[in-house]
Amino acid sequence: MRERDVPQEGNATLAGHRKAIYAVGEDGKLRLVPSRGWEVEEIVTRQAVEDLERRAREARERVLAGATSPLEYHMYRARMDLALLSQTTGLWRWRVRRHFKPRVFARLPLSLRRRYAEALGLSVEALGTVD
Amino acid sequence: MAFGLSSALSFAYLPCIRINGMPLVAFRMPPRAIVKGLQRGLGFGMRFETFRSPASGTARLDALLDAGKLVGLQAGIYWLPYFPPDLRFHFNAHNLLVYGRDGDDYLVSDPVAEASTRCARKDMEKARFAKGVLAPKGLLYYVTTPPSEPDWAGLGRRALVRTTNIMLRTPLPFVGVRGIEMLARRVERLPLDGGGERARLYIGHLVRMQEEIGTGGAGFRFMYASFLQELAGKTGHAALDGLAIRLVEIGDRWQEFAVAAARMIRRRDALAPPALAERLRALAGDERLFFQELRRVERAWAC
Repeated sequence: MRERDVPQEGNATLAGHRKAIYAVGEDGKLRLVPSRGWEVEEIVTRQAVEDLERRAREARERVLAGATSPLEYHMYRARMDLALLSQTTGLWRWRVRRHFKPRVFARLPLSLRRRYAEALGLSVEALGTVD
Repeated sequence: MAFGLSSALSFAYLPCIRINGMPLVAFRMPPRAIVKGLQRGLGFGMRFETFRSPASGTARLDALLDAGKLVGLQAGIYWLPYFPPDLRFHFNAHNLLVYGRDGDDYLVSDPVAEASTRCARKDMEKARFAKGVLAPKGLLYYVTTPPSEPDWAGLGRRALVRTTNIMLRTPLPFVGVRGIEMLARRVERLPLDGGGERARLYIGHLVRMQEEIGTGGAGFRFMYASFLQELAGKTGHAALDGLAIRLVEIGDRWQEFAVAAARMIRRRDALAPPALAERLRALAGDERLFFQELRRVERAWAC
């Protein structure tokens, strides 16, 4: 890549940060050049973020319909999946999956609620709602 | 330079390690291996420590900083508050430097941010003890004995041999040039059912592993090219210069692959995994020729 070809397309996902990239200068030597971002990176990052947001949205609808517990919604909102939430809390997957049932979640002891809230970076009260 | 001397350039396709349900594709060695490779090359002492409990990890970090050490850390991106929100995924193999402490804030030099930043102690503890794939377990490292003036030619040659070995002669089918070919076969067979949404996500994930995380696949090729140039300058072995330019061209072609993939994700082009597989195969071929040539140049250097 030539120095003048270093992308400066203003990748919104970088939020104003700049990246250092090696590029070939006029003298044929490689050097570090700051880049404002590349459209391709923005596309793939947005794609991943949108996929996670979509999952959280769908989970939210299911919570409102009474089909799952707020825990599943918060899991996706924290950009986690079942495997990661299970590892972060130190609970077995089947237990986490069981806590997705609204009835089980409703009578979850405070100690477990705390554990989930800690893992997801939330307060215990926020864990019980979906806003 | 550090990147080249530690023989950090590689390729690995690891379908058994899953990140958000997608396979791990690496374009370089893990950070710890890079630092260790460098340590071996430059003959300086480096100490690595991991911790069982977050409290002891934080206490140790504070003690080292108070002793005036520069400390490297591994941390999960998601919990670092200074990261742009869209980039905060659960990705644990991120490395950064802490060079001081101001009350309850750490002074951080992170390759992602241009200027140095601050990070509160509580957030840093959470990031350092993030769980999941490649969990950092509070890993920190610091220099114990400073490096001596190196013998560039000897070190450089050894590093070249190591890198060509990784890329061409690893007996595992998912590492090096054969790893790229294996990935190409996988991409070719991507199922297109359900409107291809899953295939799009897979391709997007590939490009993200390539370009977004760290400075990216093409970026690492450029970085290695810069190492070859510097080595040529330091040792006067001019044949390396020509190779650097060839590697830059290969890096450009990795970027073209990323562009083609992004166009398919955005539906500007029809989704066609076989076309992408073809590009990957061409890249594998290019890299094979390149590293064979690098091997020859290294041998010729001996006489």
